[in-house]
Amino acid sequence: MGVRTWIESWPVYRQLTGEDRLGLGAAAKSDRTEDLRARTEEADRVVKSVCPYCAVGCAQNVYVKDEKVVQIEGDPDSPVSRGRLCPKGSASLQLTTGSARQERVLYRRPYGTEWEEIDLDTAMRMVAHRVVRTRNETWQEESEGRRVARTLGIASLGGATLDNEENYLIKKLLTALGVVQVENQARVCHSSTVAGLGTSFGRGGATMFLQDLQNSDCIVIEGSNFAEAHPVGFQWVMEAKARGAVVIHVDPRFSRTSALADLHVPIRAGTDIAFLGAIINHVLTEEKYFRDYVLAFTNAAMIVGEDFRDTEDLDGLFSGFSEEDGSYDASTWAYDGVEVAAASGNRDQLYEERLRQNLGTRKSGRPEQQGSGGAVIRNAPREDPTLTDPRCVFQILKRHYARYTPEMVEEVCGIPRETFQRVCDHLTENSGRDRTSAFCYAVGWTQHSVGSQYIRAASILQLLLGNIGRPGGGIQALRGHASIQGSSDVPTLFDLLPGYLPMPHAHEEQDLETYVLAVGHPRKGFWAEMESYMVSLLKAWWGEHATAENGYCFDHIPRLTGSHSHYDTVMAQIAGECKGYFLMGENPAVGSANSRAQRMGMAELDWLVVRDFSLIESATWWKDGPEIESGEKRTEEIGTEVFFFPAAAHTEKSGTFTNTNRLLQWHDRAVTPSGDRRSDLWFMYHLGRIIREVLADSDDPKDRPVLDLTWDYPLEEGDEPDAAAVLREINGHDAEGRPLSAYTELRDDGSTSCGCWIYCGVFRDGVNQAARRKPHTEQDWIAAEWAWAWPDNRRVLYNRASADENGEPWSPRKSLVWWDAEKGAWTGHDTPDFERGKAPDYRPDEGVEGVAALTGTDAFIMQADGRGWLYAPAGLNDGPMPTHYEPQDTPFANPLYGHQRNPTRLTYPHEYNPYHPDPGSPGADVYPYVVTTYRLTEHFTAGGMSRWTPYLAELQPEFFCEVGPELAEERGLEHGGWATIVTARNAIEARVLVTDRMAPLRVQGRVVHQIGMPYHWGPNGYSTGDAANELMSIVLDPNVHIQEVKALTADIRPGRRPRGPERLRLVREYRERAGITEQTGLEV
Amino acid sequence: MSAESSGNGSGTPVGDGGPARVGFFTDTSVCIGCKACEVACKEWNAIPEDGLDFTSMSFDNSGGLGADTWRHVAFVEQREPLGFQDPGVGRPGAGTVDLGMPSFELPGAGTGADGRGEFRWLMSSDVCKHCTSAACLDVCPTGALFRTEFGTVVVQEDICNGCGYCVPACPYGVIDKREDDGRVWKCTLCYDRIGDGLEPACAKACPTDSIQFGDLDELRERAERRVADLREAGVSSARLYGEDPGNGVDGAGAFFLLLDEPEVYGLPPDPVVTTRDLASMWAHAGVAATALLVGAVAAFAGRR
Repeated sequence: MGVRTWIESWPVYRQLTGEDRLGLGAAAKSDRTEDLRARTEEADRVVKSVCPYCAVGCAQNVYVKDEKVVQIEGDPDSPVSRGRLCPKGSASLQLTTGSARQERVLYRRPYGTEWEEIDLDTAMRMVAHRVVRTRNETWQEESEGRRVARTLGIASLGGATLDNEENYLIKKLLTALGVVQVENQARVCHSSTVAGLGTSFGRGGATMFLQDLQNSDCIVIEGSNFAEAHPVGFQWVMEAKARGAVVIHVDPRFSRTSALADLHVPIRAGTDIAFLGAIINHVLTEEKYFRDYVLAFTNAAMIVGEDFRDTEDLDGLFSGFSEEDGSYDASTWAYDGVEVAAASGNRDQLYEERLRQNLGTRKSGRPEQQGSGGAVIRNAPREDPTLTDPRCVFQILKRHYARYTPEMVEEVCGIPRETFQRVCDHLTENSGRDRTSAFCYAVGWTQHSVGSQYIRAASILQLLLGNIGRPGGGIQALRGHASIQGSSDVPTLFDLLPGYLPMPHAHEEQDLETYVLAVGHPRKGFWAEMESYMVSLLKAWWGEHATAENGYCFDHIPRLTGSHSHYDTVMAQIAGECKGYFLMGENPAVGSANSRAQRMGMAELDWLVVRDFSLIESATWWKDGPEIESGEKRTEEIGTEVFFFPAAAHTEKSGTFTNTNRLLQWHDRAVTPSGDRRSDLWFMYHLGRIIREVLADSDDPKDRPVLDLTWDYPLEEGDEPDAAAVLREINGHDAEGRPLSAYTELRDDGSTSCGCWIYCGVFRDGVNQAARRKPHTEQDWIAAEWAWAWPDNRRVLYNRASADENGEPWSPRKSLVWWDAEKGAWTGHDTPDFERGKAPDYRPDEGVEGVAALTGTDAFIMQADGRGWLYAPAGLNDGPMPTHYEPQDTPFANPLYGHQRNPTRLTYPHEYNPYHPDPGSPGADVYPYVVTTYRLTEHFTAGGMSRWTPYLAELQPEFFCEVGPELAEERGLEHGGWATIVTARNAIEARVLVTDRMAPLRVQGRVVHQIGMPYHWGPNGYSTGDAANELMSIVLDPNVHIQEVKALTADIRPGRRPRGPERLRLVREYRERAGITEQTGLEV
Repeated sequence: MSAESSGNGSGTPVGDGGPARVGFFTDTSVCIGCKACEVACKEWNAIPEDGLDFTSMSFDNSGGLGADTWRHVAFVEQREPLGFQDPGVGRPGAGTVDLGMPSFELPGAGTGADGRGEFRWLMSSDVCKHCTSAACLDVCPTGALFRTEFGTVVVQEDICNGCGYCVPACPYGVIDKREDDGRVWKCTLCYDRIGDGLEPACAKACPTDSIQFGDLDELRERAERRVADLREAGVSSARLYGEDPGNGVDGAGAFFLLLDEPEVYGLPPDPVVTTRDLASMWAHAGVAATALLVGAVAAFAGRR
């Protein structure tokens, strides 16, 4: 540097000689400041990715410099997120590059007191060995005289946070190994969505997509904390609001969602069916329904069999109830003279016996098969288009809801009549030919012992109002994990095979033919092609080994004999029957209901594999769990062998997430993971490879499914399987290996192969359609060229219903797709969810079945009668119409019926899982308050991806409960202080927020207080606290086995909870005072 | 030169021919309190996490702007009955009148009368105002604070010596010293990003576009329209805060649309640049010094 330059660079010189004489601007600039550049501009590359938190699916740009991720930001090109990210998405740099992530494999030997480091290869071989050993020891060739070919000794949990390709390999390998207890978060979050929407419309996914909310005239958010749990998706609610839409939030508490709503309606937790049923009643009696729509597209006119009896006739029961096993024979619910393949099936005598022993398909989660194919009915129902026949669906519906009056809403829900009327007015004024309304819900609806029926209630209402399949109308199921829709579609679920094909059942589905006979052959619709979907799946899994002669290796699939759901598995673990457990991105030790039972189950395992970022509670309970503190368990006496494998982050692997609106979005690997961190794709592939090597010389028939498996994927850097190759297998190919373009190309003759029929087309023309990233600014509002949605890239399902019977849009303002008579094809903004060339006036000839039987107005093409179902003549285990039942734990009697609770709910009486006394019985007032749980914006589910992330943890640093000032006064709770919350299961402590956002309600003439609790905490991590799930009982919806955690009862008292054994003593004292036994709460 | 001029010498907001002055318009009527701005800011600027403090101030656990919090979301619960509920139990302590002013009382411990309308939960993301007349800049003795070519006010971390003069000078209490490092820190309006044509991290992340970044003149027009729209829609309490070039800081580079008095959000109602009177103070001091000098001279002269 020359002297002159040196002098000129001196600020004082610049100040004296330049324009900035005061030295407050340019003259004061330092060299460092002069050289400042945005680090994103200096990155070596920008990698396209997708946020790993909730299921909005915000696109991310990952900036890489010197093989390190230096920044992660929203991708402005995305039509879903438009470049925005919530605090969690904004923290994903810290999540993926922060110091909280483990880098090495850890091993805890049986009875060991500390972790040990072992190398990755050794750990993989040890796990493979454990799988083979446990499988051999627990193999069941037969059960009750029927071939099952499976093991109940191994279970797996996790998948909703993983890629579709990873879920695919998990399900494929474990099924081939005969493992049936494969589950993931979708079970405990949205399984009831699949049954509820599937039975109503034929598919289990949200009927609309997030951007479409901007077209809504009224948005009812109920059972969802939309703004907090899906903040970036909420921008579309704000768009609608800016265009003049009315936003209503119905929720027990006033949340950040309520703050932005035009109307907040506080409701007693667990009473939404009474509320929705009353709106249905209002719509019917005030004749506010969209009659033309209802006649054209719903089953309002169908005639139901004369043996059907309603809950009005039987005091809360439908016809066909068996007190003996608490289940329904649904045959009397059917349309007049129509055969059904009921959710609970009942076609052979032996099966009837099994049913009595609780071994039937009743508990096999069958209603979840309606995820992409409605319940099966086999002949044409009779119709009365005048809707006056007393046995037609319309009249039955009217009678069923006649007593759901505004007065009843006040009595049950605690909502004043005037407020109820306002909701009705907004909704009905904004529905019809020219206007549409949307319902948005999440787990506030799904997680109940009548969860599936909550969703059904909204479906009925939206069908009556003509809001399905139309722009701005629909039901928006808000899912909360990056690929929880994907982990249902490519299911890591016990009851499903990819594409909602049901897992075969031992008692009636011994071969492919009987399987297809039992679950397929609907009169109408695309489910009639299910054999093609099934054979193509079998070809994808067993390739050349799958031939027509051997039923395409159908026998390679293990059989179900009942429920093998997450909670059944936990009970089996406690009982010592399930010995090995994989946890992949899921944390049940704090994240599942009755966390204590979860840990007690894990303590009985032989081995446990945990794959996660950090040492979550499910990995460390044996050394520092609550049972160690209480002295119930001693580390030295716990024999469970624990393997901890550090997982790769979304930036370190390629694959697809399926967002909450069925949109598959590909994310590219930005960097290779360091240390022992590996993707789940890597883990499953290599685990399978090692097991196949170990079994290579076996001639044991039970090993054939594993050895015959197609398990040959190209490997990339770091021996990482090529995720695109897996997605290609999922998409499928023809006999020549050419990629298929649509599921309509699938055949049942073994000439096509397809790993998940509803995803067929994602590799259309050999191009990864999920990786398409055409900016939304260069497309219309549908943005069809951004990624790919199932089915067939349709964004609004059932969009045929956006046009009238003749194919004309109901109104110009609400046009979406329509019939172009000149071209003889359906056209419009969206891809038609209908056969393109099928004219509106098409009517099939007599006797035609399957797809050809769909008329030109059968908008619900997966339904066996082509209609949206106001009444479900088949498909559900707990009734054809939603009925208000009280939650399992409730302070109030059901004023509508003598039968208090869902008579078919699944209970699990056990010393770890006691229930509360019935209202009115002695001891009922020991747990007087209503509790509900929810998410905060700043945290994620059970906390594994937020409590360890300092930028998120500091925003909500402690577990707290929210109570109203009246309750605080009643119980002496101090704002900012501590409270102890007690149920029959456990006692936890929380900081107290006294807030007017928690309003007391007047129900049945008395005041009820509600307590709100976020459920994100647990004892590990940077931000710690007790887990709300300690309080929950295991009581399940009978259709899909989802737990009831959104409405229960508890007591609250000031101060911190007792430590050590005193905690148990407190819980016991409460139980004794309430007089609880193992039989409490089991009454029908 | 842009419309504002600095009356007291606190830098020249934007020079001739330079880029237009930029700023933030924070529309709190669409804020969902998600705190994406806080996190995006921290991620971009690598600001230290600053501790797990459960403040029990509604959902605000950041407390306020500081050296380690450059965006801060305030949560204000305004006591009104919810959704026309009348549980018939009476609200504890009912009987006195709530003037809607912020108080030091615990939420729920205050007073309130039933039937006065809806409950409100106000949320607002606060930030450095990048004042036209910036006292922090005026008092900085080292040249660490400077006015950028975009009209924003930025601390240069390599120059700041931690003297702390700027801290009491700020009329909003924004700029703050980081304890373990001694230097002062605050929002830079992402000087490094806007220099490369990017928007600041907080504005980019904001899910509902509550935080908008752009040319200040254009933002002011947009804000006026938004206030008018809201008022037309019946939100009579909507008003702008800080945008007026005639205010005590000659107009803020970051201004707000509020739904209540600024005090409710913890913002000063009428801030004045603390160096406003600096010139006249120096003049007075000069007069006084001269007078003293003259007096002293006169005294000595008188003895002679």
